[in-house]
Amino acid sequence: MIAVKNINKSFGNKQILNDVSISFLRGKINLIIGASGSGKSVLTKCIVGLHEVDNGVVEYDGRDFTCMNFKQRKEIRKEIGMLFQGSALFDSLTVEENVKFPLEMYTKQSEEEILERVNFCLKRVQLENANHLYPAELSGGMQKRAALARAMALNPKYLFCDEPNSGLDPQTGIIIDNLIQEITHEYDMTTIVITHDMNSVMETGENISFIHKGNMWWNGNKEDILKTDNKELNEFVYSSKIMQKFKGL
Amino acid sequence: MLKAFYHIGKYCLLLGRVFKKPDNFKLYGRQTINEMVGLGLGSLGLISIISLFMGAVVTIQTVAAIDSPLIPLYTVGYATRQSFILELAPTIMCLILAGKIGSNISSEIGTMRITEQIDALEIMGVNSASYLILPKIVAALFTIPMIVIYSMFLGLVGGWVVGLYSGMLTVEDYLYGIRYDFKTFDVIYALIKTLFFAFIITSIPSYHGYYTRGGALEIGKSSTKSVVYSSVSILVINYILTQLLLI
Repeated sequence: MIAVKNINKSFGNKQILNDVSISFLRGKINLIIGASGSGKSVLTKCIVGLHEVDNGVVEYDGRDFTCMNFKQRKEIRKEIGMLFQGSALFDSLTVEENVKFPLEMYTKQSEEEILERVNFCLKRVQLENANHLYPAELSGGMQKRAALARAMALNPKYLFCDEPNSGLDPQTGIIIDNLIQEITHEYDMTTIVITHDMNSVMETGENISFIHKGNMWWNGNKEDILKTDNKELNEFVYSSKIMQKFKGL
Repeated sequence: MLKAFYHIGKYCLLLGRVFKKPDNFKLYGRQTINEMVGLGLGSLGLISIISLFMGAVVTIQTVAAIDSPLIPLYTVGYATRQSFILELAPTIMCLILAGKIGSNISSEIGTMRITEQIDALEIMGVNSASYLILPKIVAALFTIPMIVIYSMFLGLVGGWVVGLYSGMLTVEDYLYGIRYDFKTFDVIYALIKTLFFAFIITSIPSYHGYYTRGGALEIGKSSTKSVVYSSVSILVINYILTQLLLI
């Protein structure tokens, strides 16, 4: 479980996160939703330590990440996998080399064992025959799957996904969502997904946190979201006129 | 002025991260060899053409400048050698490499920054500054002195070809001139300068690339800045080292 307690973050005079507290549950898909500029990405970057919080605490299974030094954080980071919005695959490496990278960096496995793990991860994301392709030769969906294979290479306890289906068609998006869901349940990971794709929310939302103007605004699951009378959340979910009419707003 | 100190401080802090103990020597070693191939072999063609033609032109200019029959023609070989060893090969070639390699490094690291590849490294717990920059610096410290020696050799070959085919001076005069009053320290001086320049050529563009913010436009700006700052730094360090080592 990852717990975020009363975190604040500002850039200059601009307050981005305001006393945010959320618990992300183990073995579940934890979604962070919110409008663009609401602070979702900053929140995630604070959780993984790419941004330092101004105050507050981030705990990974009770371990206070915010007060750790570089070396201690490094140990936690070995337990983290992250799928970036743009995939962030290393351009100069093939798919196989990308997935190999964390294994070569941190394990003392033999070349055969590493290759076996790489092939297992690629098979898990249905990319069996893409070992020797470069990221530029892959479609958007394949890039996301390759990035997911890299993220799961070290068998992480925590998986972060930043808008995993942005730029993908709805069907491919759902395939990626289902893959994340399967992997999360299979390996009992704590998965945090940032999204503003309602298709994703309705497909995978087991624990949904709605961030509004840097504040933690609402928490629930995909069933609750349809019944809520929270004004800001309804405006976000039913943003088109036809949907507002459907909801009776 | 304050901004300059800000950047110098930030550059020093980055170097502090770059020179931390590598996470995995095997991976760093492999990366260094890849960089050596990229930096070294990738620059040989350009350096060969420039060195040959510059050697030829310096020889012709020196011959043309000698009016007095009292000055022996072997002076041409001597002047070409001194020009190439002391200044043209180490400084001019490094300025050219600052343009070629520097912009390449800056745009490569800058692209990695804006496409979140550096964030991906950080999330994996990798010291991204060290992993991306250290192999480039080490590779440059090994390959650029070799390129400079190669350039010295080709520059002298360029002059020899002029002597051979133009009839402006004899090959014997030229060969005697390039061996006349040879001091090994001149080559050592050139190599010391080259080591400093190699460090500048890789570290300054890496700094600009690493702290790129924004999009494609900013990558271009970082690339331009890195070439300008590394070229100016090379010229300043060249002056300081010459003062320290030759006077």
